[in-house]
Order: sequence, then structure tokens, then C-alpha cells
Amino acid sequence: MMENLLSYIPLDIALIADNFDRFLYGVWTTLNLTFLALLLGGLLAIPMAIARASGHAVLNPLVQVYTYVFRGTPLLVQTYLIYYGVGQFEVIRNSWLWDPILSSAWWCALIAFTLNTAAYTTELLRGAIADTPTGEVEAAIATGHSYRSRMRRIILPSAFRRAIPAYSNEVIFMLHGSVIASTITLQDILGVGRWLNGRYYLAYEGFITAAVLYFLIVLCITWAFRWFERRYLRHLVRRSEDTSPEITPAPVA
Amino acid sequence: MDLILEYQSQLIDGTLMTIKLALTSLVIALVFGLLGAWAKLSSNRLARRLAGAYTTIVRGVPDLVLILLVFYGGQVTLNNIGVMTGLWGYVEVSQFAAGACTIGVIFGAYFTETFRGAIMAIPRGQIEAGISCGMPRSLIFRHIIWPQMVRYALPGFTNNWLVQLKTTALVSVIGLQDLVYNAFTAGRSTGMLFTFMAAAFVIYLMLTAISDVLLRALERYYSRGVVRAR
Repeated sequence: MMENLLSYIPLDIALIADNFDRFLYGVWTTLNLTFLALLLGGLLAIPMAIARASGHAVLNPLVQVYTYVFRGTPLLVQTYLIYYGVGQFEVIRNSWLWDPILSSAWWCALIAFTLNTAAYTTELLRGAIADTPTGEVEAAIATGHSYRSRMRRIILPSAFRRAIPAYSNEVIFMLHGSVIASTITLQDILGVGRWLNGRYYLAYEGFITAAVLYFLIVLCITWAFRWFERRYLRHLVRRSEDTSPEITPAPVA
Repeated sequence: MDLILEYQSQLIDGTLMTIKLALTSLVIALVFGLLGAWAKLSSNRLARRLAGAYTTIVRGVPDLVLILLVFYGGQVTLNNIGVMTGLWGYVEVSQFAAGACTIGVIFGAYFTETFRGAIMAIPRGQIEAGISCGMPRSLIFRHIIWPQMVRYALPGFTNNWLVQLKTTALVSVIGLQDLVYNAFTAGRSTGMLFTFMAAAFVIYLMLTAISDVLLRALERYYSRGVVRAR
């Protein structure tokens, strides 16, 4: 029985090692998709969060509809809608957008991920802006800051800092969400894992390697954010407490 | 629009499957969440360690990776164990079982944190008061912990449920005929993928919107009698 156990439990390490360069390439694909989407989504989110927080009569409801729709539907459906759906229209297939961009899985994944993370980031930034202590805003007004300058010099810098813990969750969720790229033919980490299992007819090796790689990336992200928080949120930590406010990742709906 | 009506039974079946999957995995997640919270708050060090490892590992690995691992690897493992122990013959892991169990276990880790936070939010003095009145532990749980725990846990519950409902879409990747899968096949066969994916999009939005409204009403119900500052 012991022999039987040993005969299948060990993974084929040699095979994983042989294909490790592919996995590294997958890591590159995953990281660049995830972080590009986070960067572009973050840039989109800043003006939208300001529009939400300002209560602008037209922009606020518009942005709210956008975030509600994108937060209320699965990322998988959003990605399919863009990658498989857009080709239904001949106008688009004949336009300049089609050839370099909308027919490419990589671009479609990037667009879907960017729109998705922009929606979540907008709402968490809006929350951080709304949490600005009233006194700080009043002090800014009292010293003659215009709306623009108090947003730029007072509200946003402190809102960004307060958003760090929540944003670390968003980064991890975006990384988790990026596996959807593998469902539209991209060779990200999971894509390579699925390829390996399909090619050699395996049940574990590819998925377990992928799981370990994702886990390591999440660990790195968590450590990076711990460091960020220690550095940028030092002023918010009470003296008697530990210097590192604990990150409790929770999904954001 | 006519096309959607033509394929409406397929879309409705898919929606029902999605709801069934989401509810089944919710029950599993609640069980794991309660067990996990109990383990994390217990005085047993091993239980705390195990629960800590569970939540860390599950939150470190993407859902789809685990779903694929359980669906493809789980079947091989189960059959190997069956052969070794001779307890069962060939078993096939269905897409539904693999999806419901995996999503249940994953979200159990999130519910663990929700419930742990909710239990910790209950003032310690109330539980001590219960003990000093001679209440047995089950009574303390039912009369003191539970009603307040529900109130504190509901916002987190709403959040987790909405994410979980959307996560079930991933099970279409292993071929479960849920809303995404059915919309996709209908779109493929008619060449109208945008129309059908948009229909799925709208149906998901309706499901999350309805859940949101109902759960917020429940939150108000359980928070009655709470005086809010401001």
C-alpha cells in the first residue's frame, strides 16, 4: 500500500523543471497584464472618484452607473463580451480598431481588466476622499485654497494614503482575476499550466505549479503593501499599538 | 431581441443553474466559515494554526486554479484512494460538485474572517455576564452571541455573497451549463455572441441588484434598535 501511495503522490518535478521557462514567461504575461490594468484603471479612477465625491449633478450619477454595472457583473462575462462579442458588428470588424486591438486577446483582456479595476478603485477612492477629516478641509478653505488646489494639495494626498489597505485587496483581486486571460487563449501562468496538463495528459502538475507561483506573487504583494503602510500610514498608527496595521483582505463587491 | 426569446429557455436554465450553484456553495461556505471562526478564536493552538493556514492559502491562490485542480486532480485522487482502500469503485466528479465544493471552501475562508470579526465585536462583558448568571454555553451562543453576530456579520456577508455569486461564472470553464456557458453556446450557434453575452451581463446585474436590495433590507431589520451616531 505504501508503494502504491508513493507511486503517484510525487509530482513529475523534472517535467515542471523542463518547462519552467514557459512558466516564467507566463509569470511575465500575468504580471504585465495585471499591473498595466491596475495602472490604467487607477489613472481612470482618480477623475471618476473626484466626480463621485464632488456630487456633480451630471458626472456623479454617470460614474455611479458605470461602477454599479461593472461591479455587479462577473469579470469573465465582461471579458467574453469584449473578446467574443465585439466581433459581431461588421462596422467594428472593418474599422481601424479591429486589426491591432480588438481582435487580439491580449488587448481585449487588458481593456476588460482596466475597466473592471477602474470601477472598484473609483469606489474605494471615493470612500477615502469622503473620509477626509472635515477640519482639514475647513482649514484649507480658511487659508484660501481653491477647490482645485485643496483637492490636489490636501485631500488627494491623504486620501491616497488612507486607501492603501483597501487597495492592497484590489491588487490581489486583480491578480486573481487575471487568470481569466487563460480562458481567452492567453498563455499567462494558468494558461501555461493548462497547456502542460493538456499536452502530457496530467491532472496536477500544471495547476499546482500555477497555484504555487500565484501564491508567491500574492505573498510579495502583501509584503510590499506592509512596507508601504508602515511608511505612509505611520501618522495614523496609535502610539501604543504595533507599527504595522494588519491587512485583512476581504473581497470588495 | 427575437433571438433571445427563441433561446430563452436555455438562458433561464442557465440562470437557474447559476443560482443553484451559488446557493449550494453558500451553504458550504457558511459551514466552513463558522468552523474556521470557531477554530481561529479557540484556545487550541493547533486549531488556530490550521485555520490560519486555511485562510492564507485559499486567499493566495486564484479561484479558477483551485476549481481546475479539484475538477481534474480531485477525480484522479478520489479514484486512486478508492483503488487503494477498496472502499469504492470508479467515481466521477461532476462539474457541479467540483464547482460548489471549491467555491464553498474558498468563500469559507472569507466568511471565517467575517464571522471572527463579528464575534469579536461582541463586548466580552456580555458573555461574562452570561457565564456569571450560570447560563450554559449553548444558551449563551443562542441568546447573546448569535443575534448580535448576525447584525455585525451582515455587511460582510452581503459583500461575500455578491462576490461569490459572480465567481460562480468561472465554473462554466469546466463545462457546467450555467448562465455563461449557455449564453456562450447560444451566441456561438447564432453568430450573435455580443447579444447573448450582453443578455448574460444583464441577468447577472439583475441577480446582484436583487440580492443587494434584499440583504440591505435584512441589515436594516437586524439593526433595528441600534442608535447610530451622527
